[in-house]
Amino acid sequence: MNPKRRTRLTVVLFLLAGAGVSVTLVLLALNENINMFYPPEAVVGGEAPVGTQIRAGGMVLEGSVDRDSESLDVSFVLTDYVGAEFPVRYSGILPDLFREGQGIIVQGELNGEGVFRASQVLAKHDENYMPPELAEMSAGHQKKPNPLNYDR
Amino acid sequence: MIVELGHLALVVAFCLSLLVAVFGLGGAHRARAGLMGAVPALVAGQFVFLGLSFGVLTHAFLVDDFSVAYVTANSNTMLPWYYKFSAVWGAHEGSFLLWILIMSGWTLAVAVKGRELPPAFQARVLGVMGLLNLGFIAFLLFTSNPFERLVPMTPGEGADLNPLLQDFGLIVHPPMLYMGYVGFSVAFAFAVAALLSGRLDAAWARWSRPWSNVAWAFLTLGITLGSWWAYYELGWGGWWFWDPVENASFMPWLAGTALIHSLAVSEKRGTFKSWTLLLAITTFSLSLLGAFIVRSGVLTSVHAFAVDPTRGLFILIFLALVVGGSLALYAMRTATIRSRASYTLASREAFLLLNNILLVISMALVLLGTLYPLAYELFTGGAKISVGVPYFNAGFVPLMLLLSAALGIAPVLNWKRTPAGRLLGRLGWVAAMSLLLGVGLPLVLADAVSWQVMLTLVLAFWILGSHGADLVRRLRRGTPPLAYVGMQVAHMGFAVALIGVAVTSALSVEKDLRMAPGDTLELGDLSFRFVGVERVSGPNYLADQGEFAVVESGRRYSLRPQKRNYLARRNVMTEAAIDPGLTRDVYLSLGEPLEDGAWAVRIQVKPFVRWIWLGGLLMSLGGVLAVLDSRYRRLRVKRDARAAAGAAATV
Repeated sequence: MNPKRRTRLTVVLFLLAGAGVSVTLVLLALNENINMFYPPEAVVGGEAPVGTQIRAGGMVLEGSVDRDSESLDVSFVLTDYVGAEFPVRYSGILPDLFREGQGIIVQGELNGEGVFRASQVLAKHDENYMPPELAEMSAGHQKKPNPLNYDR
Repeated sequence: MIVELGHLALVVAFCLSLLVAVFGLGGAHRARAGLMGAVPALVAGQFVFLGLSFGVLTHAFLVDDFSVAYVTANSNTMLPWYYKFSAVWGAHEGSFLLWILIMSGWTLAVAVKGRELPPAFQARVLGVMGLLNLGFIAFLLFTSNPFERLVPMTPGEGADLNPLLQDFGLIVHPPMLYMGYVGFSVAFAFAVAALLSGRLDAAWARWSRPWSNVAWAFLTLGITLGSWWAYYELGWGGWWFWDPVENASFMPWLAGTALIHSLAVSEKRGTFKSWTLLLAITTFSLSLLGAFIVRSGVLTSVHAFAVDPTRGLFILIFLALVVGGSLALYAMRTATIRSRASYTLASREAFLLLNNILLVISMALVLLGTLYPLAYELFTGGAKISVGVPYFNAGFVPLMLLLSAALGIAPVLNWKRTPAGRLLGRLGWVAAMSLLLGVGLPLVLADAVSWQVMLTLVLAFWILGSHGADLVRRLRRGTPPLAYVGMQVAHMGFAVALIGVAVTSALSVEKDLRMAPGDTLELGDLSFRFVGVERVSGPNYLADQGEFAVVESGRRYSLRPQKRNYLARRNVMTEAAIDPGLTRDVYLSLGEPLEDGAWAVRIQVKPFVRWIWLGGLLMSLGGVLAVLDSRYRRLRVKRDARAAAGAAATV
């Protein structure tokens, strides 16, 4: 093997090793940061895991929003309007489009008592746009999505 | 009637693009000078008619013509005129019309500026661009006609523009972004033309390089503006979310960055040629993929266009044709390319290769994270997932740090090989200084700083130090060429952005709390007193405006964040109040009203956040400076000389 080939071989081996390591790391990172989405039915029915980062979604039940008078703690109930509903607790500022009767997504963990501790509350971005997860779930309750919405 | 003219102009432009494609590609293939000679005129016609079409739509917005469905959906009589103007590209149909107009603008630029190219080559480039334009205009005409009428049920009032988009940022962000996206079609067309003609020499790289640089500069500017807009307009102070829509623009940027570096090697050393071609194809394909992601609504995204499968399918097929066709051509032609690659590890070639590898891996990482939810849903039969932000950070940040480490060495390197003694002699003290500053400054200025921040700062100083030292050395020898200055500015911009990202991520303070009028919050050397809320009204909204008296190290000022209620759509919007500064932003936003006149309030102090965008601006400026280099002007001089000689001959 002449020196030029040897250099080239070193480079190739170096690259392969680097690529292998990075692919492994990437896949590990991906695996750890996937948030499964569960509709109310799955949360109530016990399909959703307890103590794991997940996403859940539903409509905010009318009259269920309860703000603490001292802090920013808030609780509300998410429902699919066909029998399944579960309570959510959150502390912080709710998005502008958070409203009773509207579809939202919460990210966080489900605890042993079936209460969802949300770290993030995501609302629809405007009057007509519906997160795809919800659009499917509540086809019967929702207006057809308006294709003209632009949200960046 | 005027509206129909706009539609008609679009149809004419469609036919003209068809002619551009046929005359350009066919003429070059058959070597018919007559056919090829007609192409620039056709391109000009295409631009004129698209401009007319765009003008008609703009006119419809400005005069509130609600018989046009698109105007009704995105405008309102109360909207200020400048937002009526920018509302033209505020939603799908109009923004795509803008995209096409820009595309034809780039085509025209190639027709005018590319006169120094061999005629057959230029005809092929224009032909390929005509083909692309044909697809885009067909998409607009058949799936998203902006001129569709609401007749006879013409409404008296429009639904208004989404309030998030009623902002200066939206006036400038999409056009800049599109200039970049579409600009890479030029590099793509050059690559395809080169493959078609079999002309894959260093000259090809030199012709293609300025175009790619300009497109890259625009894309950089567009992304920077987008990040800035999201920061102040979404109301909560985030500047990057790894949202699919952002990733859609970031992937072509990463590939494009690799492309402009790889082009340098192809031009100067005649190597990496097939790799550069592949990057040119990839970059534009990613732009198209971005269009697909944004326009089809396939991805889980809190902010994305809503779903319309016909559009998605059209773009998907178009994407398949463009990517598949160009890659097939690539596979057929590149087997013949031979490069004599002889360089050592300590050479510019090797480091530019490393740059390319790191950027392409980063791009693949973003691509995987962006498309994974879609693939997961397809293969599991409908299960929905989302990929969390930590995934992107975990992969992207280390890669960028590696890139930074390598970037610091770049200015010292020679082509082919660099003596080890010189590397050590020139970089040793820079390394020592950056280590000292990067670790020392945070220890002195901030209380508790993580090792990640120190590492990032060390690397940023490393880049600034080695580039600065090299700049001084070059200046001593006389005025350096603009291409060199551009490289310096862009690389320093990267370091500046790096500092911004590191400091703002690590040292930002964020506080969500309940405040009643009269309440005070102390935050470091800042104090905020909530004075109260009053009702104010804008042209098309009512707002609750909070007043906060801020005292910052003795300086007093007021911040007035608003909670706006837009009348037409009844949308609620958070309008943050920001006191901007080079070393820190104070950022205040109102959450929701609580009982007894109290409000949920978010108070943030974001140190060095502006450096992120400052870095972006510098990078973009660097890209432009590099293009202004006299090396590219010399081509023009030669052409002018030729033209003068030709004129003399005819006389």
